[in-house]
Amino acid sequence: MADVIANVEIKGPPAGLEREPLVLNQRGLGWISDAIAGVAEGKTPLWWWIAFVPSVIAMSVMGAMIIYLLSTGVGIWGPGHPVMWGWAIINFVWWIGIGHAGTLISAILFLLRQKWRTSINRAAEAMTIFAVMCAGIFPLIHVGRMWFGWWLFPLPNQNSIWPNFRSPLMWDVFAVSTYFTVSALFWFMGLIPDLAVMRDRSKTKLRKFAYGLFSLGWTGSNRHWRNYEKAYLILAGLSTPLVLSVHSIVSMDFSVSQLPGWHTTIFPPYFVAGAVFSGFGMVLSLLIPLRTILKLEDIITVRHVELMCKVVLATGSIVGYAYAMEFFIAWYSGNPYERYAFINRAMGPYAWGYWVMIGCNVIVPQCFWFKRIRSNMLIVFILSIFVNIGMWFERFVIVVISLHRDFMPSNWGYFKPTWVDITTYMGTFGLFFTLFLLFIRFMPIIAITEVKGVTPQADPHHPLGGAKSGGHH
Amino acid sequence: MAATASKPYGIIAEFLTPADAIHAAEMVRDAGFRKWDVYTPFPVHGMDQAMGLDNSKVGYIAFAGGLTGYFSGMLMIWWMNAVDYPIMIGGKPMFSPYGAFPPCYELTILLGAFGSLFGMLALNRLPRLHHPLLKHRRFALASHDRFFVVIETADPKYSETETRKLLTSAGSQRIELVEE
Repeated sequence: MADVIANVEIKGPPAGLEREPLVLNQRGLGWISDAIAGVAEGKTPLWWWIAFVPSVIAMSVMGAMIIYLLSTGVGIWGPGHPVMWGWAIINFVWWIGIGHAGTLISAILFLLRQKWRTSINRAAEAMTIFAVMCAGIFPLIHVGRMWFGWWLFPLPNQNSIWPNFRSPLMWDVFAVSTYFTVSALFWFMGLIPDLAVMRDRSKTKLRKFAYGLFSLGWTGSNRHWRNYEKAYLILAGLSTPLVLSVHSIVSMDFSVSQLPGWHTTIFPPYFVAGAVFSGFGMVLSLLIPLRTILKLEDIITVRHVELMCKVVLATGSIVGYAYAMEFFIAWYSGNPYERYAFINRAMGPYAWGYWVMIGCNVIVPQCFWFKRIRSNMLIVFILSIFVNIGMWFERFVIVVISLHRDFMPSNWGYFKPTWVDITTYMGTFGLFFTLFLLFIRFMPIIAITEVKGVTPQADPHHPLGGAKSGGHH
Repeated sequence: MAATASKPYGIIAEFLTPADAIHAAEMVRDAGFRKWDVYTPFPVHGMDQAMGLDNSKVGYIAFAGGLTGYFSGMLMIWWMNAVDYPIMIGGKPMFSPYGAFPPCYELTILLGAFGSLFGMLALNRLPRLHHPLLKHRRFALASHDRFFVVIETADPKYSETETRKLLTSAGSQRIELVEE
């Protein structure tokens, strides 16, 4: 089949109303397979090694830091009286927030019939799973005696005592482990037909066996597609309340406590908006270089990037509103401790952190009102990194600034991270990028079958899909 | 049984567009075949009606999973915190459905998701390591850009000449037998 189908005339909507197609240049179905599957075939490119080697080194540093922590104790980290929760919790909330974009794209945009999701959902779901892995490390290691980590689960232990389900920390265990499991299931289910594509294209015995094994014998039978589509819809329906609940429950770790700055009812929706905001920021940071390096500009188009920028703009504005509302409520509550906590955020010793957060999370996304900025890939890439920085500082503001000045001045202090805090955090990037690069190398990074499904060639009522003009199919 | 072993699995007809495949499916459906299928690189809209298939049963399995998750969660938390080892914490009740709700909500979703994925696989009789079609040399295109209608020889209405005629009249340019 020719790569470009040229001799078909398509009537579109009137001039000025037409949308840019989701796959540019009228690419055929076969071209989509070749372009996407081709990324994971052939010789490993040089750029991949250049990215992979430092990632593995950083991951090893993280492993070394965890061993150091295990053998020595949490005293090698910055936290101490009065800031008992430090970078571990900041990093946990930051990574898990990043993980929210994948499920939002794959589930909520699916239910809303946003067809543009097909070009980005696979990579975003992979990002989600790897980000949740990075997040999961921190609560596990910050407990100090991590060999007792299994006490978090309702398993019989030597004290015959059960976990306390009245604690939000316990809810968090269930929320995060469910989120990881369901995200992985959703991702794998989407991969089944695409792994079958990889299997059918395999040239070597090993590849045929490996892709054949994981595609579970998928044939593309319509009797199978019928159950598959229903199951996908149900998983999307289940993941939507799941993704909204996960960061809500993470926020309850804070808001159920009595501490000024944490004890607020706005936290669940505000955390969810912030999570989606940071997640889309990370998707942009990952996909903008990838679409160029892998020559996938016809599938991840400028329109896709623009639409993601609009999501960043919308959620960034919600986050900005939440910051303002927190201040208003602090004043309106009449509670002097609550007021002080917020004045201290903006004008206290950590004011620099607060204003970095405001600059990155409230001001930067407002640039995306302008089409000229949204369609400039370099600027979007740079701004998306600011979004990620800003969201890290948001968690810093919430965790550290709320804790560092307790009710009495004798309980005041100034938290500083140690070099172990910093290298452990940097090391999680190594883990993340190692996994993500392996994903790029061995898996179809865009949902091949789903992208095919949204092209005009797939529509039996469209001339490119074989519909005869004037007649019923 | 040697004679049945060499019997072909079915007849395979190739189509170039989804519209042609839907048209062919309608003809096969109307001819009254039972053991047949359409193989497509992506789910084609309208194919279920064209094949005369009813709604999928995955929903019932997922629903059963969700219910199991919710109620087993409630039961577990009540038994652990209020019966087996009650500990007074912050004056809160030993068991309250509100405090127990978040973990049960997550378990509802978890087991519902298991029901959905594993229910889909069970209904599709997957995973399977072997299928006669996967050995066929052109069938790899079913995941690329072609559409195939396959009628099994096990279908009572199957007849090599008549079925081939039907598929030719449906517009297929390439019709072959598939070995078992």
